Amino acid sequence: MEILCIGLNHETAPVAVRERLALTGDSLQETLTWLKGQPNVQEALVLSTCNRVELYLVTEQGAGQVDPVIREYFTDRFGLEEDDWGRFHYQYGYHKAIAHLFRVTSGMDSMVIGEPQITGQVKEAYRQAVHQKAVGTILNRLFHKCFHVSKRVRTETELATRAVSVSYVAVELAKKIFGDLSDRQALLAGAGEMAELAARHLVNNGIAGILVASRTLENAERLAASFQGKAIPLDSIAASLAEIDILLCSTAAPDYILRADQIREAMRTRRHKPVFIIDIAVPRNIDPEVNTIDNVYLYDIDDLQTVLQANKEERKKELKRAESIVQDEVRAFLAWISSLDLVPTIVSLRERAEEIRVRELEKALSLLDASVSGKDKKTMEAMSQAIVNKILHDPVSTLKEAEENGDTPGLVEAVRKLFSLGPKKG
Amino acid sequence: MNVQLFYLTLLFYAVATVGYLAYLVWVKKPLWVTSRVVLIIGFLCHTASIVARYVEAGYTPVTNRFESLVVFSWLLVAVYLAVQLRHTLPVLGAFVTPLALGLLLLASFRSKEIVPLDRLLDSNWLPAHVWFAFLGDALLGVSACFAAMYLIQEKILKKKKIGPLYYRLPSLEVLDRLSYRCISFGFPLLTIGILTGSIWLKSIQGGYIDWQDGRQTASLLIWFLYAGLLHGRLIAGWRGRRIAWMNVIGFLVILVTFLQLSHFQK
Repeated sequence: MEILCIGLNHETAPVAVRERLALTGDSLQETLTWLKGQPNVQEALVLSTCNRVELYLVTEQGAGQVDPVIREYFTDRFGLEEDDWGRFHYQYGYHKAIAHLFRVTSGMDSMVIGEPQITGQVKEAYRQAVHQKAVGTILNRLFHKCFHVSKRVRTETELATRAVSVSYVAVELAKKIFGDLSDRQALLAGAGEMAELAARHLVNNGIAGILVASRTLENAERLAASFQGKAIPLDSIAASLAEIDILLCSTAAPDYILRADQIREAMRTRRHKPVFIIDIAVPRNIDPEVNTIDNVYLYDIDDLQTVLQANKEERKKELKRAESIVQDEVRAFLAWISSLDLVPTIVSLRERAEEIRVRELEKALSLLDASVSGKDKKTMEAMSQAIVNKILHDPVSTLKEAEENGDTPGLVEAVRKLFSLGPKKG
Repeated sequence: MNVQLFYLTLLFYAVATVGYLAYLVWVKKPLWVTSRVVLIIGFLCHTASIVARYVEAGYTPVTNRFESLVVFSWLLVAVYLAVQLRHTLPVLGAFVTPLALGLLLLASFRSKEIVPLDRLLDSNWLPAHVWFAFLGDALLGVSACFAAMYLIQEKILKKKKIGPLYYRLPSLEVLDRLSYRCISFGFPLLTIGILTGSIWLKSIQGGYIDWQDGRQTASLLIWFLYAGLLHGRLIAGWRGRRIAWMNVIGFLVILVTFLQLSHFQK
């Protein structure tokens, strides 16, 4: 038996190829049905998102058997170039396939590392495969396990909580200052791209309202409409400081648009409620001295970069920890798989020994025949049993121990060979 | 018996403290879960030690330095565990457990002997006064821990020196709110504690306050400090760093009073 993962993702294939293979609805069903029909394939699941298309298969033999068939299917069915599949796809076998699935589901393999949507997408793919009865014992267990892994990664590491873009860092900082954003107001001054993006993140994170100020009111109104916010003239920024909590600046003004004394004044009217000012403009819009005022937090573009760098470092550590969770779980899963082989092996080992014992005992007794008493017969029988038990004791307990440590496959194979137990069933 | 339980508590708190501090560094969930279990076991020992001493002595055991420190530390942990029920804040553990442990360590140098209760203290006012005042102090202690966390996070955000604590500590808003909530429970209790003490004193000495007694004077000072803090926050709109500093200083005064001026010392 082999577990395979065959597919391509945002790192190996360009979007032009991925979009052709985006399997949805009918084409997904069709592919699953086709896979199920392949003689070598026992179980199958198709995961298709905008960043990846992956097949998870349980097959009788290795990838060598299925790969050409799959290449042909995808090339013909979805009109790929002749060598596209060969160039862009990857395949993992057994423990690599398991680890890959665990990483994918936990968002460790995503374009934005730690993003949470992928878990839902894997769930949906699993639901589809179950619906079409394409999964069996192994994939059922594997996919239940992968959701468990993704939950562990989410709760035991902070992989998903590190912002890794400048605009998102601004939101993360806002949350570190204000906690919940749902009763906060923001003001977007100027229409720089990055500031606009940050404003969009703020909206997505539930900010209560957004004011937009721009050099031309027309621009401000257009932008405000897209946030369902309110447009205000650029020169009324100082006046609105009393009501807003977050100020995003990216105007092209050659000079400071807000001076420290204006903000000091505003802090009094707003009773010193904290203000977070993000100044992404170059040259800067806000007098840097503002940061010395109590309860005012001023971040310019370099400051945001510094936080971003720290986040990236931190995320590397989190990735390492997530990886060790993945490896743990892969080991546990392999142990489970090998335990599927272990019990039948021990049973056939015992049967084989018993068969030999009975045969040899009968042979011996028929040679001795009348000369042995009933009592002696019993003694010989007991002795033969004792020998068998003593001989088997160590191998059986070693096999059981190996199961706990998760390194049975080699041993099971060896025992089967050494005692001529024949090939595994199933 | 109470003394053996005391040492056992000390041991559990030491382990929990190490665990919580380690959590601060490595942020592994098992570290925190284990520390919490150890802390709860320690807390049960702590409770048992106080009950045992109560039974052995026959009065509420808060009449000497050792007993006061033990009870104060116990209430600090109790308040922390109560906060834990509402907010899972393992980081707070790294601030409260060292404090509780420190108080117990100081207690361990004191005489643990049980002495017959002074006739003057043999009154129902004793438990009433002491429990209110101590619980108030413990709440202010946890509030000060929140304030200290606030000051650290505030400094990080202001100086833009992003370090591990930036990620571990909650937002300024949450810290500010929780710190305030602890004061809003702690201050009334402290007030009741001071009032009951004062009425009790009147019944003994005929005056509501004894200006010769350093502890009483200090209590009044502490009361005014927190009253000022609450006033500043509610009326004048003081915010952030200033309030947090006042909070921390207020609790330091409480601690110093506790350590320098023994209870009911003549």
